[in-house]
Amino acid sequence: MIAETFSYDVAHMLAGGMLLVSFMLLYQDRMYGLLNTFALHAFVLSLSVAWEAYVNQSPHLYITAAIALVLKAIVIPTALHRIVQRLGIHRTVETTVGIGATMLVGIGLVALSMALMLPVTDAVDPLARQDLAFSLSILLLGLLMMVTRRNAVGQVVGLMSIENGLILAAAGANGMPLVVEISVAFSVLIAFMVIGIFLFRIRERFDTVDVHVLDSFRGERK
Amino acid sequence: MISELFIQAVQMLAVLLLAPLLTGLVRRVKARLLRRRGPSILQPYRDLVRLAHKEVVLADNASWLFRAAPYLIFATTWVAASLVPTFATGLIFSWAADLIVIVALLGSARFFLALAGLDVGTSFGGLGSSREVMIASLAEPALIMVVFTVAMIAGSTQLSTVSAFMLSPEVGLRVSLGLALVALIIVAIAENSRIPVDNPSTHLELTMVHEAMILEYSGRHLAVLETASSLNLLLYVSLISSIFFPWGLADANAAPLALFTGFVFYVVKLLVSACLLAVFETSIAKMRVFRVPQFIGTALMMALLAALLMFVTRSL
Repeated sequence: MIAETFSYDVAHMLAGGMLLVSFMLLYQDRMYGLLNTFALHAFVLSLSVAWEAYVNQSPHLYITAAIALVLKAIVIPTALHRIVQRLGIHRTVETTVGIGATMLVGIGLVALSMALMLPVTDAVDPLARQDLAFSLSILLLGLLMMVTRRNAVGQVVGLMSIENGLILAAAGANGMPLVVEISVAFSVLIAFMVIGIFLFRIRERFDTVDVHVLDSFRGERK
Repeated sequence: MISELFIQAVQMLAVLLLAPLLTGLVRRVKARLLRRRGPSILQPYRDLVRLAHKEVVLADNASWLFRAAPYLIFATTWVAASLVPTFATGLIFSWAADLIVIVALLGSARFFLALAGLDVGTSFGGLGSSREVMIASLAEPALIMVVFTVAMIAGSTQLSTVSAFMLSPEVGLRVSLGLALVALIIVAIAENSRIPVDNPSTHLELTMVHEAMILEYSGRHLAVLETASSLNLLLYVSLISSIFFPWGLADANAAPLALFTGFVFYVVKLLVSACLLAVFETSIAKMRVFRVPQFIGTALMMALLAALLMFVTRSL
């Protein structure tokens, strides 16, 4: 009994930590801070999934955790760092609504998702139940972030935090071997979207996707 | 009965006597961290004695409120401080009031302080009062939410019960408690006008909050107010340690030796928190006044989140 409550407590702490990091993402208004926080988000996700794998003895979830760790906590933040550096946009992120209002809306969304999820999932085992509730709130917070950020990098980070929330839900729904494939597919999709949005942004600004234009632009800024 | 009253009296005297010492210690550690020698730890006592002997200078238009406010503020803070378990739980007064009463007492102390700042009608006083109320309007809801979270976990708003629950193994790992702790620390920093919000060591600066309100006070009034603000700091330290770090708290009915050990633990906690506070204050810069709402808003957000997360735990 003690072991069971302990494992539940750790899972609760990790998932709650992820939710907290989602709020930190909303709060961040510096570009590098945003990317580092996103890496932290993915890191907590991988810890959470790994704990799930350990508790439920489902080894395939370890793969999901590893993918989350390598791809989303290391590769994508590094790539985004580089892109931000090359674009020379490491100043503050513009937000359309003030941070205080965003936070309040975020709290409201968390309350909404709990009010929605808890009655629906009454019969499910408590671990899956809390994972579903948390993942819905992380998802909604990611959407909120995409709505409030005008900057493309902010929107990409919002999108990827949504995806982290989805993986948390998938890991919570135990006995789902498809989870691995889904997460890989999503990661590829996300990487594709990252590139896509950036190409769009660059083309919108310079009428071309030529990188030389970017170089001369950076020279001008200095 | 007599011994219970005696222990309560010991606690009330102890908080009163230790409060200036805590302030002095924080100042001393801060000075050492800046590689200055700093005044002696006992300096706040000397200041208080000096102020108590000085003549009171009152503005011509000062009302009775201006003269009564220091004593009201001191009384409410002292009562609140005597309700928080310091070295022992279950003291005789603690059954008369719970955490919500403590919050209310602190709130009324702040109310009188803001009124006193406005009373004489100087521009600094009004400025300080308006800022203090702005800070309080965010810090107080955050404090209440922390109280609710703790009460939901421990099943009681009674501080002695809360401390006993936090010592039992039932607590486990809870993310809500961590959030509540951070929120309470931010509130404590804001309410004691420590560095990122206000600078306690400056005088006559445009960004001051607490000092601006008490600028017109002198003599024994100022001494009483200074004691009250030291007591406030001690109160928050005791509150945080009794909720989140209740190790070593003795029971009021325990043997004298256990009470003494509890007291030693309490003094150690005070020392540690004074050092931590000093390190925190020297490592951070003061914020612009208009960024303060964001800082305290974080506390409010965390406390709200902590209360919300309680609904997905196993107990509820």
